[in-house]
Amino acid sequence: MSGIPQLLVHDQKDNVGVVVVEDLKAGSEMLCVVTHDNSSFRLVANDDVPIGHKIALVDIAEGDTAIKYGEDIGKFVGAVKQGSHVHTQNLKTKRW
Amino acid sequence: MSDKIMAYRRDNGRVGVRNHVIILPVDDISNAACEAVSNNIKGTLAIPHSYGRLQFGEDLELHFRTMIGTGANPNVAAVVVIGIEPGWTKRIADGIAETGKPVAQFSIEQNGDLETIRAASWKAKEFVHYASEIQREECEVSELWISTKCGESDTTTGLGSCPTVGNMYDKLIPQGIYGCFGETSEITGAEHICKARAADEETGERWHKMWKAYQDDVIFAHQTDDLSDSQPTKGNIEGGLTTIEEKALGNLEKIGRECKYIDILEPAEQPKKGNGLYFMDSSSAAAECVTLMAAGGYVIHTFPTGQGNVVGNPIVPVIKISANPRTVRTMSEHVDVDVSGILTREKTIDEAGDDLIAMIKRTANGRSTAAEALGHREFSMTKLYRSA
Repeated sequence: MSGIPQLLVHDQKDNVGVVVVEDLKAGSEMLCVVTHDNSSFRLVANDDVPIGHKIALVDIAEGDTAIKYGEDIGKFVGAVKQGSHVHTQNLKTKRW
Repeated sequence: MSDKIMAYRRDNGRVGVRNHVIILPVDDISNAACEAVSNNIKGTLAIPHSYGRLQFGEDLELHFRTMIGTGANPNVAAVVVIGIEPGWTKRIADGIAETGKPVAQFSIEQNGDLETIRAASWKAKEFVHYASEIQREECEVSELWISTKCGESDTTTGLGSCPTVGNMYDKLIPQGIYGCFGETSEITGAEHICKARAADEETGERWHKMWKAYQDDVIFAHQTDDLSDSQPTKGNIEGGLTTIEEKALGNLEKIGRECKYIDILEPAEQPKKGNGLYFMDSSSAAAECVTLMAAGGYVIHTFPTGQGNVVGNPIVPVIKISANPRTVRTMSEHVDVDVSGILTREKTIDEAGDDLIAMIKRTANGRSTAAEALGHREFSMTKLYRSA
């Protein structure tokens, strides 16, 4: 698959990816690339998501652990649909 | 690429990339005299700061280490030290003089600002003549001491600019440079990975004990909330970082894939175990951290930023690297190395690392960084506790 990706994912184990383009609109079909192995897939964004913000790669339940870089980056405090915006409204640190 | 640079070889053998004559106050109340001397004598640089009175114990030791280390840095050719009284002034001047560089000391009590400024200005003028005749000479890239710390990070720093610094370290540490990373609080969430990147188990254990002590003695002792407005910062959150764990994993991309740290430094401590990568126990606040690493003897700082931290340092060139295309567009005057091509998959991390190494050489040869051109000279002392 060629072209400029809209979403980058660090690792195959991750359940969130990062929007890397500006002005991504809800309904956009994104080219998603896993940087670790250069594999790619497509996913539709449910929300307008700013550059740098995260999108759920799968349906997520409250209490699930967020995985990025193949590592634990916190706990979901709300359910998130595949393709929806992940940030402080639904993800919190397990520290402090 | 050539491995040669044109730089300043100091009497103690160290290589500097700048040739500053600094006017260094021992304490806050000597700032005015230092600034007056700097105003009188062109080509000098006053370094005002906020502390130096009634400090004691470990906090005072850190003050002396930061002052002496700043003056001793190879980017500094000569130093005028001014303090309110002669005792601590002498201690700092003598510490700097061990490098063999010219140092002069003045104290204000019983002289007053005006007489001190007069005498110090004559000395500063002499030092400017001395420094301005020192020639750059051929040195090796491998002789550089290069530190790193990221700021106003976002998710693009973990994807692009931090791995670029990591790639640089993976290439230059084996050649013999000294490296340094730190930001103790900001490893939280990646501490298991950081511990495992020590050169041996004993060093990893010492690192973990240091990190844990910070959590227990500072964060847990003083927190009033979950730090969700402080670490990550408001800017981090705007840029898409949600948790400290996420921020830490991105931060740690700065040490690449291969290199391992060989020792842990106190804040502003100079490395003592030869060339290689070091961890410095330090704040994650940009100016405080860069100030400490400069005092540790590092002569070039590599600074990945996502949302656009603008920090500089009075004596050390701070090279800004950004992968965020919005920041590169809206704040281009602050960016030295644009690696936004990593996000579009038009540039590899390996190519970005080479771009950074090329910019390090240009900076070592004399190119002004964006922060230098814009006059960013942030010098911030780290304070461990209240003065007496």
